[in-house]
Order: sequence, then structure tokens, then C-alpha cells
Amino acid sequence: MKVLNTVGQRVPMHDAATKVTGQAQFTDDLALPGMLYGKLVRSTIPHGRIVSIDVSRAKALPGVKGVITGKDIPDRVYGIVPKAKDEHALARDKVHYIGDAVAAVVAVDKEIAEEAARLVHVEYEPIPAVFDPLDAIKEGAPLIHDNLKTNISASIHKEFGDVEKGFAASDYVFEDTFFSQAVNHAPIEPHAALAAYDLQNGDLTIWSCTQIPYFLKRNLATTLLVPENKIRVIKPKVGGGFGQKIDMYAKDFCACWFAKELGRPVKFLYEREEVFQSTRQRHPMYLTVKTGVNKAGKILAQKITAYADGGAYNSTAPLMITLSCFFIMIPYRIENLIYEGYHVYTNKPVGGAMRGHGIPQARFAIERQIDLIAKRIGVDAAEMRVINAIRAGMPHPAGFIINTCGFADSVTEAAKAIGWKEKRGKLPFGRGVGLAGASFPSGVANMAHLASGAVVQLSREGRVSILSGAADIGQGAETVICQIVAEQIGVPMEDVHITAADTGTCPLDAGTFGSGVTVRAGNAALLAANDVRDQLFSFVADRLKCKPDDLMTANRRIWVKGNPDAGMSLSDALFEYQYSNRPLPIVGRGGWIPPAEQPTSLLTKNGNFSPNYSFMTQAAEVEVDLELGKVKVVKMVTVHDCGQPINPMLVEGQLEGSIMGGMGQALYEDSTCIEGQQYNPSFLDYGFPTVMEMPEMGALHIDTDDPVGPFGAKEAGEGTQLAPAPAIVNAIADAIGVEFNRLPVTPQVVLEALKKNADKS
Amino acid sequence: MNEKRILQLHVNGDLYEVLCAPNTTLLEALREKALLTGTKRGCDLGACGACTVLMDGQAVLSCLTLAVDAVGRKIRTIEGIAENGELSLLQKSFVDHGALQCGFCSPGFIMSATELLAENPKPTRKEIQRKLAGNLCRCTGYIKIVEAVEIAAAKIAGGAS
Repeated sequence: MKVLNTVGQRVPMHDAATKVTGQAQFTDDLALPGMLYGKLVRSTIPHGRIVSIDVSRAKALPGVKGVITGKDIPDRVYGIVPKAKDEHALARDKVHYIGDAVAAVVAVDKEIAEEAARLVHVEYEPIPAVFDPLDAIKEGAPLIHDNLKTNISASIHKEFGDVEKGFAASDYVFEDTFFSQAVNHAPIEPHAALAAYDLQNGDLTIWSCTQIPYFLKRNLATTLLVPENKIRVIKPKVGGGFGQKIDMYAKDFCACWFAKELGRPVKFLYEREEVFQSTRQRHPMYLTVKTGVNKAGKILAQKITAYADGGAYNSTAPLMITLSCFFIMIPYRIENLIYEGYHVYTNKPVGGAMRGHGIPQARFAIERQIDLIAKRIGVDAAEMRVINAIRAGMPHPAGFIINTCGFADSVTEAAKAIGWKEKRGKLPFGRGVGLAGASFPSGVANMAHLASGAVVQLSREGRVSILSGAADIGQGAETVICQIVAEQIGVPMEDVHITAADTGTCPLDAGTFGSGVTVRAGNAALLAANDVRDQLFSFVADRLKCKPDDLMTANRRIWVKGNPDAGMSLSDALFEYQYSNRPLPIVGRGGWIPPAEQPTSLLTKNGNFSPNYSFMTQAAEVEVDLELGKVKVVKMVTVHDCGQPINPMLVEGQLEGSIMGGMGQALYEDSTCIEGQQYNPSFLDYGFPTVMEMPEMGALHIDTDDPVGPFGAKEAGEGTQLAPAPAIVNAIADAIGVEFNRLPVTPQVVLEALKKNADKS
Repeated sequence: MNEKRILQLHVNGDLYEVLCAPNTTLLEALREKALLTGTKRGCDLGACGACTVLMDGQAVLSCLTLAVDAVGRKIRTIEGIAENGELSLLQKSFVDHGALQCGFCSPGFIMSATELLAENPKPTRKEIQRKLAGNLCRCTGYIKIVEAVEIAAAKIAGGAS
């Protein structure tokens, strides 16, 4: 690691004190004078035509200020992927799942709004529904979207290398099928939006708990039929997102619609049940993996067939299925691959981006099968991963550029840290160890609009103010950006302030998804800070009779490299700057887009998907309660190549949180949907891990110095949630000899498997 | 049932007069009537702990407590934890140790942990975990939260102020 002043330091989040004192403002904490409260009416059936909607009783209720249905708003669909837009803010002719929004009401208080929503009467003509992607693709299955001839909403067919030849050269070929369940992001903050309209100039302002303010602005403009420059999206503090707050929702549209129609501020707030039912969830997914290997365990060819359950709408469908495909070929070198993937509509809650986005399901399948194959052919499972590891500089079949890669080392180190040699296959029955590997992009490179900008101002009194479009959703993006700027201008963190994610005042940013913020927005901030520094240095160099390149800055001081006495304080420099009649504040600008051929998309064209890639191996030790079937994760080790951590404390926070998410997916969480009805849409029934379940955790870094990331940084937000689930399930196999290929591994399935084994013997 | 009346609530040493219906929860009274929005609403079902406040020193879920039942009791919310312009040792420990990310659950955790340290200044790790088991966090993986409570407890035991 490099020795730096602010970057690389365990700096507390710049807004942490506001968060521990209750001063931090989330969307629902905001209130405006005269504010109205909204409520959505949602479909009670999974699939049907809307025959009629009677809003008369709702409208007549005193205190109700407005009621709208899908027929009252423009017939415009929206969606996060431009080519895959298929969602109306309020359903027009059909409902596609239980929880689809069909009408919206606003009233002077929330009780009246709730009562009005109950008074809206919707008459449906039910249509047969379909709840499993494998049923939905069958001939004669009910068609969910009228404009399509099939329920397949996105598909990908890719071949790399020569798969036939690869299988022919293989000593063994194995085929196994895996299933990952639906899980909910479950951010603790429920979704909310507050909108206000300026009756004089027609400006619409919305405060929304969004991860991507600029895309929300665009989707609002195209559905409200309002010019984009009349909409300002402000992201207050966001109480966790994990991908669920990427999409626009009915609450955003309706808050804006009513604010504009009524000229009064309007707030919509979702109930927890709505968050589970009517936002997004991780796609349930079937993957069949056929793999050819030689005797040493080298993978020679793979053929994957995947069916993702997309639920009622597309959301990120094409991207999700693409990610699932392309990331099979990393962190292992797979030269010959066929991937056939289908994103299928069902009459269920909607699949969307969730931490890992299509890759965790694939990693579960691949990492489980590596363990299965290793056992079948008598190769060590850790060794097999090292044999197949992709390394820096190796060609990737689809054109990913791997500049730095600590994967092979991460496997070896993780094995060492969990005690692989001493424990694997050697612990008493009921106890075992397992590991799994992964890789993740640091944002998406190959779409031209995915750029970030930054403006940095240095004032006369030495205050640094940053404008950034980056959306901090709790991961600490703002802090990381402040650290980068503080480092470059040579001031302590307390001198740096940031205004971010306000589309009215901040430069363009793609938003928080794909784990791209540190690299993309971080680089933009770095360039803007360098711009400020260059202006200042050029002035100071004149005064100190040296070249600007000879200057250093830290601790509010500028000096000549190698001669600390030849220098001046930042304060003096700014004083002289002012009195030499130069304009203040010094303003620097930066814009960064990942280097890539553009515009392209992996669906149609290969290319380098991301500016760089993180790598990691996670190893688990588990203990299975043989009587109760409960699996306890005793220890979890992460060995991580995320380049230079800008803030090691925040990186640890990311990976510790990811382990919790991965454990939830492995052992506890299942957003159960029967005949389209959610059965556990509450925290109590859903049950994600509490503090009681958390294991001992350890983290080690493999140092790499990436040439593209700011200070060599790579992503650290999502990649670590890919491997925990397969690592845990691999450890369970080591503990009790049962191979689980379906998630989650609940006490019930453990007990059933143990009983089956006992009956056999 | 819908008849509203003015309730007097003692919150953080101050008297608030708030208009409440019989079914108004303490959470609603605090957030929407007293405008103390630091207490968070995560589920409204008593499952997430984000709405935890202290009532006569005891941690309660304000979403499951009726405002009328809080009359005559001493309520302490997250806004009343920092005193004399200083973060409490626990708050400071959360900040310095990175025991928060999005911060939405943090008020609830701090209220639960504040009660714990008041009753049991030297808790074991297991005792901390048991006390915080009713507070959900989706960001941190809990480890840094538990460690932050341990660090604060050690500082309190060491007589730091």
C-alpha cells in the first residue's frame, strides 16, 4: 500500500455524527408546508384485466385531494434499461402481479389517504397466471405482456472458443443443475418520495430515496411528459439500497404528478409489505452447468443454460442476464463457453438488480459444481481453483482487460486462513470448511452515458467544496470522494465538504450501481482536485521560483519537494493569490468515463466491460446441529483484491455486510411466493440474519496497484457478496456429506437430507 | 375512536403538547407531531428495532407503544443522547469505529446499547449480542456495532469522559 495522508486511512464517514444523533435526514424525515400524503391501491390478483375502477367513494371522502388511475396518466412505459421499458406507473389495462399499482390517492393526512385507498373499487377479469419460468416458457402458457408472443423478455446466446472441441478433449464431463431463490434487498428504510412544484416557473423538485438520481430524472421526464431540465432530483440520506433503489417506482411518478396537478407538496411512503411485494427482489434462477475437465481438474469447456424468473416486469433484465453470462469467465479462465440465458416473465414480484446482479446465482452454480467435480475426480477443491485461476494479463474470451489480479493468491491465502489442510475432510462429522471464489466489475465501462463529473472549489479561507453527482446510499461514497480530494489538495478531512446527488446543482453521474462509484466518481473528483491543485501550484511555483511539478502539498502547506523549508502555508498562498487579483474561489472541474469503445453493449458486442475487476476468495467454517438441522457459520474469512482501499474501515464494512447478505441467501432468506402471493413480506417472517447469527470474520488483502482506479482502487461494494453462499454450502457438504444444489439450506432440508442418508445406510 | 386530544409528552427533558388520536403510536407522535425524526420507522411491526426509544430508562419499540401510554413517562430519543454539545461515548465509538453505514438503524442500536450500558456497564460480548438481537441492520454485518459497544464500555470503565 502507498503511504498517503488521507487516502488509505480509516477515516470515519464525514456524516457519521449526523447519523448517530438523529440529525441525518432521510426522505420520510422531510416535510413541507401544506404537504399532502399519498397512498397506492394495489392489485389483489396475480393476472387479470381491469374491467373498471370506481373511484367515486374515495373522491367523496372529505380530505381527499386527488385520485388517479392508469387511464389518467400518459401512456408511457418506463424502465431502467432503455430497450426494456415495459412498466406503467399505474397499470392501464392489465395487472401483472399481486402488488401492481392500479390507482393512487392523495389526502390531507395519511389516515384519510389510507381510507381513500380502501374505498377505491377495482373490478378485474382474472386471467390464468404462471409462476415459474420453466412453466412460463412452455407452449400455451398464459402470455403476461400482450405486446409479446412469448414470456421470454430477454435472452442471450453466446459462444466463446470451441466448446465442442473442449468437451471432446475432456477426460470427464459433468452436468448439474442449481437453483437460487428469491431474496429481498430489505433495506431498513422503506421507499419514499416527496415532490414539490413551482407554480411560477414549472419546476418540479423531487426528494427520493434513489440510487441513481439522473436516471430517475430521465424516467420521470419521459413518463410525466415534462422536459428534463424542469425536473430536479435530490437524494437525501438513503437508508440502504443494495440495488432495490435503482428503479423508478409508482411513488416517484405519483408524487410528481399530484404535486404538479395540485400545486402542493406530496409525499408517498411505502409500507414494509410494499417493499417486499412491490419493489424488487433478487431473481430466482435455475442454472444447468455442463463442464468438461481434464484429469488434473483444468476446465476445458462449459455449457450453461439459465432461466431467470423476472417476475412481472423487466427492470434490468438484459443487463442481468448478460452479467450472469460474461462473469462465468472470471475469476477462472474459461476459454470455451456456451451460455444460453433467458429472462422470463412470471406473475410474481419483479426481479431487479441486487448486490451482485445476476452473478451470485451463476457463482453459486459454478462454485458448487467445482466442489462436486473436485470430489468426483479426486482433486483438491482449492487446488482446482488455483489451476483454473485467471491471471493478470491473460486474455479473456470476451475481451475483458485484466490489468491486475490477485485471485490465485486469494485462494491460497483463504485456504491457509481457514485451516484448509488441517480441516478439509478431517473435522468431526457435523463440522466442515468450504471456499468459493469470485470477481466483480468496478462499474460498467461500455455505455457512453455512464460518466461522472465533479467540481471542486477552494475558497479564500481554505474551505474545499465538492459538487459530485455520486449517490451515497450508506456505503460511504461521499467520504471516499472527500478523502481523494483532501489528499490531492493537501488539507485535512475537516476542511472538505461535499454536496452530492442533486441533479439541479451537481454534475452528471451515472449513479450507484455495478459497484462503480469509487472508480468512476472517484476519478472524476481526482481530476477536479488536480485541476485546482494545478492552478494553485502554478501560482505558488512562480512565488517560490520553482516548477509546479516540484511542489508537494499536505497538512495545509505547500513546499518544494526535498526542501521542506522552501514553502508557504495554504492560507498564505491563498492570501497572495487573492492580492495578486486572481479570481476566487479556485474552481476545478473533472469528468471521467471509463476507457472503452463506445457505445456498445455486451449483448451485441464483446468488449472490456469495466475499468477494472476485483477478485476475492471467501472461506467458511460451519457447524451443523445434527438434531435441529441448524447450520452455524463459525468463521468466515475473506481474502480480497480490491486494489488500494481508499478507506480500509469502509471496505471492511462492505465485506462484513456482504457476508451477512451471503449468509442470508445461503441459510435463511427466501421471499416465498405461492400462486403469486407473498407469504413472508415482513421482517419477522422473512428473517434475515441478526447479530446472533454472525460468525467470527477475518479479512486479508492481496495488494495490487491498478493503473485505472484512483490511487489504484477497485470496487469493494458488491464482489464480496458473491462467494459467501457457495462457500457456506460447500462447507456444509464437507461437514455432513450432503450436496445441496438449491438455496436456501434451511434446517428443514438439512434434516430431511440427514434422514434420507440415515435411511440409506 | 377518532376523537383526538392533546397529550403531554416529556421527551428529552422537554414538554411537548401533541394532538393525538387514541391509536396514534408513540413513533407517530414523536416523528410527525413533535418533529423528532431521528427515531426511525422501518417496519411498523416491532420487528426491526429502528424505532427504539427509552421510556423511564427502558428500551421500548415506539411503533408498538401508544402515545397515550407514554403520558407521564420520561421519554428519551436519539436526539437526547448527546449532551452539552458532545457526543456520548457510545455515539463517538460508533462514529470512530465505523459501526454504521446508511445510518437508518443507528438510532435504534444506540438506544438499545445506551440502555444496556446503563444497566450493565461491563457487558460480555454475548450480553451485547443478546441485547442487540432485536435491532436489524442490513449494511454492516453487525461486527463493528458489537465492537463499538465494547470499546465504549471499556472507555466508560476506564473513567473516560
